[in-house]
Amino acid sequence: MAEESALKVQDLHKSFGAHKVIRGVSMEAQKGDVIAILGASGSGKSTFLRCINLLETPNSGDVYLAGEKIRMKKNRHGETVPEDIRQVERMRSRLAMVFQGFNLWTHMTVLENVLEGPVHVQKTPKAEAREKAAALLAKVGLSDRADYYPAHLSGGQQQRVAIARALAMDPDVMLFDEPTSALDPELVGEVLGVMRDLADEARTMLVVTHEMGFARDVSSKTVFLHQGEVCEEGAPSKLFSNPDTEQFRAFLSRMN
Amino acid sequence: MNCGAARPRSQTETVMDLVFEYQSQLIAGTLVTIQLALASLAVSLILGLLGAWAKLSPNRPAQKLAGAYTSIVRGIPDLVLILLVFYGGQVTVNAIGVSTGLWGYVDVNQFVSGFLTIGIIFGAYFTETFRGAIMAIPRGQIEAGISCGMPKSLIFRRIIWPQMVRYALPGFTNNWLVQLKTTALVSVIGLQDLVYNAFTAGRSTGQLFTFMAAAFVIYLVLTALSDIGLRALERRYSRGVVRAV
Repeated sequence: MAEESALKVQDLHKSFGAHKVIRGVSMEAQKGDVIAILGASGSGKSTFLRCINLLETPNSGDVYLAGEKIRMKKNRHGETVPEDIRQVERMRSRLAMVFQGFNLWTHMTVLENVLEGPVHVQKTPKAEAREKAAALLAKVGLSDRADYYPAHLSGGQQQRVAIARALAMDPDVMLFDEPTSALDPELVGEVLGVMRDLADEARTMLVVTHEMGFARDVSSKTVFLHQGEVCEEGAPSKLFSNPDTEQFRAFLSRMN
Repeated sequence: MNCGAARPRSQTETVMDLVFEYQSQLIAGTLVTIQLALASLAVSLILGLLGAWAKLSPNRPAQKLAGAYTSIVRGIPDLVLILLVFYGGQVTVNAIGVSTGLWGYVDVNQFVSGFLTIGIIFGAYFTETFRGAIMAIPRGQIEAGISCGMPKSLIFRRIIWPQMVRYALPGFTNNWLVQLKTTALVSVIGLQDLVYNAFTAGRSTGQLFTFMAAAFVIYLVLTALSDIGLRALERRYSRGVVRAV
């Protein structure tokens, strides 16, 4: 049997009320893949990402993490809900997410933010977690800010802390939800730099982004969502030089 | 000159002597006031947390129940509720005793009735304080907790609680000071708190003003001490907050 893909999403649907946001999206990431998810605002790309770790509950569709399916069931109102919340929590701890708005815990220092998951969710011994946290902060270039509170950091620094916090969980797959969209232009580079390093380490990443350069140069596969469906996908070298669809061509010309 | 004769006592000294003569009543009353305030605070903290939880839960009946609680309780004068619970409670407890034959005539304890009533009243205010405090925590921080696999209980303990306390403290301080002062109302149901004892002493000595002034000072000391303590708490829970200098 072939090796299980790191992440597989099958025929995902999500509506908010009568509004269908995701209309049957499937996606598969092998270990080490970096998938860039592009799309205009309202195309459903963030919702898609949030359905993978069940921050939004999809109406239907399956998510497999390393071959293990997140089990869902219908409740008595006919809504789709997780069958076993413990399983979902376990899956989430292997799927780290980095948010557009950083979402650091403001009452904790940088170091405490990075330690929180390993110590309280994974029950890693504190000394071991500290050692790892220090290494991760060094990796994102923030060793000297370990005792700062998030409010005293720039946006770019906060996002790098958020990446260190995500890495601290040793995730199998990392989900990036527009990680640079809230940053001042001059701070985007430092965050993308860290993400490039992660891609070079063969981390499996799904990146919802507006950074065309990152998608073109770093992703192993680019997916373009349009009105809740996969409109075009493939190797970025092909997509960016010779798009098949009118929609993606129009999108690219708007972005440039 | 009246050397050797006792120096005539000044007006102030006479007044102070009088107060000291009744000091044991005043101290006993103060202790009752403090106990009543703390016991009712415990009740209102529990009700406040439950109420805030119910109002923010997706459970409709729970929302409705908490909504009814806060609007009814906040809409009734404290004094009316205190009298209603004490006398109404007395009648109800005895009616139940008679109809079931389980117990004979019971006197409802003023202290218990008083702290429960005040606790219920302020529980409604704490419900709103805690609800507002929880809503002030950015949703994204909760999502960050969810997405690293934290169970709900851990999110509450590690992310919501410490920040909720900070957001709730100013409102908490306000509620507590009013609650402490509201305990004075239970003197109408005969509980011998600070006001009751000061009033009794004032009437029996004919120095009502003096004893009310003493009560005034004691209340002021209690509120000032609370203020100092709560400020210290506020400093402790403001970790990571950027203050305007």
